Amino acid sequence: MAYVWKRFRRDPFALAGIAIIVLVTLSAFAAPLIAPFDPAEQFFDGLTLQGAPLAPGGNFLLGTDLLGRDLFSRLLYGARTSLIIGIVANGAAVLVGTTLGVIAGYFQGWIGAAIMRFTDLMMAFPALLLAIALAAIFTPSLWIVAMVIALVNWVQIARVVYAETTSLAARDYIEAAHALGANWPRILLFHIVPHLIPTMLVWATLGIATTVLLEATLSFLGIGVRPPTPSWGGIIFESQSYFLSAPWLVFFPGLAIMALALAFNLVGDVLRDALDPTQRGRT
Amino acid sequence: MIRYLSRRLAASGVILLGITLVTFSLTFLIPADPVRMIAGRSATPQAVESIRHQLGLDRPLPVQYVSYLVNLAQGDLGRSYVQKAEITTLIQSRLPATLLLMAGAIFFELLIGLPAGILAAARRGRSADRGIMVLSFMGVSTPQFVVGLLLLYVFANLLGWFPLSGYGTLGHLVLPALTLGIAGGGWYSRMMRSSMIEVLRQDYIRTARAKGVGERGVLLVHGLRNAILPVIAMIGLDIGIFMSGAVVVEAVYGWPGIGQLAWQAIQRVDIPIIMGVTLVAAVAIVIGNLLADLLAPLIDPRIRLR
Amino acid sequence: MKRPFLPAAVLAAALGISAAPALVPAAEQPKQGGSMVVTYKDDISTLDPAIGYDWQNWSMIKSLFDGLMDYKPGTTELIPDLAESYTVSDDGLIYTFKLRQGVKFHNGRGMTSADVLYSLNRAVDPTTQSPGQGFFAAIKGFDEMAGGSAKSLSGVTAPNAETVVIELSRPDATFLQVMAINFAFVVPKEDVDKYGADFGRNPVGTGAYKMTEWLLGQRVVFERNKDYFREGSPYLDQITFEVGQEPTVALLRLQRGEVDVLGDPIPSAQFLEVVNDPANKDLIVKGDLLHTGYLTMNVNTPPFDKKEVRQAVNMAINKDRVLRIVNNRGVAANQPLPPAMPGFDKSYTGYAYDPAKAKEMVAAAGYPDGVKTELFVMNTDPNPRIAQAIQQDLAAIGINADVKSLAQSVVIAAGGDGTAPMIWSGGMAWIADYPDPSNFYGPILGCGGAVPGGWNWSKYCNEELEARAQQADAMASPDMADKRVDLWRQIFVDIMADAPWAPVFNEVRYAMHSKRLAGDDIFYADPIHIPVHYEFVYDKDAQ
Repeated sequence: MAYVWKRFRRDPFALAGIAIIVLVTLSAFAAPLIAPFDPAEQFFDGLTLQGAPLAPGGNFLLGTDLLGRDLFSRLLYGARTSLIIGIVANGAAVLVGTTLGVIAGYFQGWIGAAIMRFTDLMMAFPALLLAIALAAIFTPSLWIVAMVIALVNWVQIARVVYAETTSLAARDYIEAAHALGANWPRILLFHIVPHLIPTMLVWATLGIATTVLLEATLSFLGIGVRPPTPSWGGIIFESQSYFLSAPWLVFFPGLAIMALALAFNLVGDVLRDALDPTQRGRT
Repeated sequence: MIRYLSRRLAASGVILLGITLVTFSLTFLIPADPVRMIAGRSATPQAVESIRHQLGLDRPLPVQYVSYLVNLAQGDLGRSYVQKAEITTLIQSRLPATLLLMAGAIFFELLIGLPAGILAAARRGRSADRGIMVLSFMGVSTPQFVVGLLLLYVFANLLGWFPLSGYGTLGHLVLPALTLGIAGGGWYSRMMRSSMIEVLRQDYIRTARAKGVGERGVLLVHGLRNAILPVIAMIGLDIGIFMSGAVVVEAVYGWPGIGQLAWQAIQRVDIPIIMGVTLVAAVAIVIGNLLADLLAPLIDPRIRLR
Repeated sequence: MKRPFLPAAVLAAALGISAAPALVPAAEQPKQGGSMVVTYKDDISTLDPAIGYDWQNWSMIKSLFDGLMDYKPGTTELIPDLAESYTVSDDGLIYTFKLRQGVKFHNGRGMTSADVLYSLNRAVDPTTQSPGQGFFAAIKGFDEMAGGSAKSLSGVTAPNAETVVIELSRPDATFLQVMAINFAFVVPKEDVDKYGADFGRNPVGTGAYKMTEWLLGQRVVFERNKDYFREGSPYLDQITFEVGQEPTVALLRLQRGEVDVLGDPIPSAQFLEVVNDPANKDLIVKGDLLHTGYLTMNVNTPPFDKKEVRQAVNMAINKDRVLRIVNNRGVAANQPLPPAMPGFDKSYTGYAYDPAKAKEMVAAAGYPDGVKTELFVMNTDPNPRIAQAIQQDLAAIGINADVKSLAQSVVIAAGGDGTAPMIWSGGMAWIADYPDPSNFYGPILGCGGAVPGGWNWSKYCNEELEARAQQADAMASPDMADKRVDLWRQIFVDIMADAPWAPVFNEVRYAMHSKRLAGDDIFYADPIHIPVHYEFVYDKDAQ
């Protein structure tokens, strides 16, 4: 742990990543306190007489959106959407993926083969098409979108966990545990899973980045969270045709999405280097 | 090799069959009635039922599925509900556009990724390295639609270097391909960098240097030749990622490919198109994955095709 | 721009003399020649007149095919087209059409009455799956043919090559409108047989243009039909329809002169700057659309089973704000019919905007602490935004609506099944099939549409109004036309008393064309031909 922290401290970019994550998390929590306006309130004067959104400055720090709502407030509350979906969806994906991967890797045989063929199947599916179809079936809401994303994302984790479990399960101390009479839940829980935690952590972090992007993309296609819940991708969806005349409506949310995804990518990357025993001691 | 290939092909066949099953089930779960969409808003209930019967949509689901497979085996993908055009024709007319887009994207991601990775490896640990790595992360972290809109705004609208949308000339291809390829460029630059670093530590590089080969020769000739192998091996996997990314990029740029077709089809519950496009995309992905697996020994010579 | 709904027979008598009258006096006709480019975002689905029913192909089909009747260009007046003249029996049941001589299909063959028979039967034939089948329900023999027990319409006969006789099972005031609708257009049997299901991609008709090229996903090209039976039209030699063009891009190309007409509406983002630019003054034409955007409320679902709540909703919506959101591209609506439709009641004031009173009404109806419900909307911009604006207005009177933004087909299914308490019609709003008030009643407010799967999403069924509607539609003779319109006017006012809908606005069309293209404004704002009347605009460069 201390070693991991040391590596972080030496890397300014990783630190920047952590800072961004902290900043976004704080905004999400403190949104009701910081936000100057109610993010759902549509101001009659938030639009020009002819219905155009207001540019940044004046009453509205970052301008207004196409319904006359304050962009800054919506960005702050939108952080909640991104984080909740990021954590929930990714958490679910990691859980499902790890469980299936561990079972497949430990038991092998026909269960393992079946699960692995299933992951092959899911990998061959164009992920976005699957997400779009699922979103059409289940009326989108925050939790449904999270579940849909999780369903699309669990595959990679499963495969990695499978490979690791396979090599772990072949080790001598597992055989020894068997011989001592430990049953498989014990072995899985106490001997295998702990070794998987670094991998899970890395994938969890990197996965949040993908999840944030996927949620933004789904919102961009119009199948994201339910209005008027603010979501960064959703703001871009509503404003995309105005990107030439009201670019702030694309720029600021786009920047936010990129920053959050970048932060998780950087942190995850450094985590991976730090937790990978073959990388120890190397620059 | 032959045994490996035939086994993989058999497995791929099963996977594709599975995909048709999953897609089929999904389309029937969508809470909308395609027959109502065809029959139009002024249709009598009688007309609706007549159309339903004619399309065979009143048969039990397993029967419909089997009949779909039978047609598929004969190369018939069916007809679009809404357009009444043959799916094969629709896909054939749009597939080249998407393939062209993917080819352009691969070109750009290599164009960006390779030099960046080589440079970063050569200047390892220094600011150029960090800078390139951060940029590559940014490329990976920015959503494609944002990249697309940004590129449109700057290069097409402000600078006017490229047309705003449409299809036909190389100029039309640049921005969409770049948008699709930027993320890949980010990945490849990192991969190229680590691969290059590995290679540069090898003995034969030391030998080359000792023989007096200049740094540039070392990098570009001896190093690149070996370092590029893992990158090439990964290109196959891109196809899967591009199939998804195509939907968004084609939407932003109005690119007439199958991504656009799929998106419209899902909105209208045009089941035959949804099945057809998903199948085509899945075939492409399976081929791509197979390619990547075949080339995997290039990454790690210890891997043997089993 | 409004044109009164003139009795068709008067016009028919006036014009029925000459063989192939030009619709614009010869002296004023511009020279033929030139070309234009029209852009669309979506691919064109089909050009088969029996099947095409979206707003893109509707007018294209009108230029490729003709029917027995048509509308005077730029107006909603009926005139005979492929028919040279017609007579109606005294009981209003038998229509005898005398066909024009010398009309040729694009394949060279002359059109005869057998073709008219074939085309009408084809539209009603269940195997064609025509969405317009239901329009022909008044023709004798319809039920048998639609039910499958007959192979053709017994009421449609051709005593000789120049005459078509159609017998109805009941007098129908909208019958001539139906003869002018795309589904009744005449097609040649040999080409339908030749192409089968692909006839929609290889259309052959009698119209002013013929289709010469179709590159899927890219463009469709029309060329002037030199054998067209109307002298002097169309003016353009060629029209190219480019598809896959984003409206924003299309607009920029139009300003650069690469494109002549925008098929899709001017994109909202650029709308203001384009409309305010004095350089564009002559290039933009404003026109009415037979369209109403409305909120439906399911009268079977609480809280909308109470009339007072529905009326309160009508009073709660700030229509000015909604109009501002759509850049004022419309006028506020207070009744189901749009202003250009006969039967529109100019003097009707509807429900005034009064959120305070509306809130009281909701509380008095049994919801003092408010009520939760759902508002369904189609998920393409700007509809989710409009729904959110309405949501805010409803919240102010105690109705907390959860906005469900879904794919169009899913919303339509929910509306048909009756599971949607409220639906914002945007993107699926009703645009008239033909300029007659009955078209705004039957499918969307009548009992016939209130069945499961029907388009009457408010499931409103008023038997008394239904009887009056049928009575109005039986008034087929031209001298009863005014009385009929009055009857309809009253029906719609009475519907508003029950308030199954909250009409919000009527869209106004803004068509934009390049400097090269000319022609009377009415052809750019033609209520029937959208975006423009392809046959009557002309190219300045060719003059």
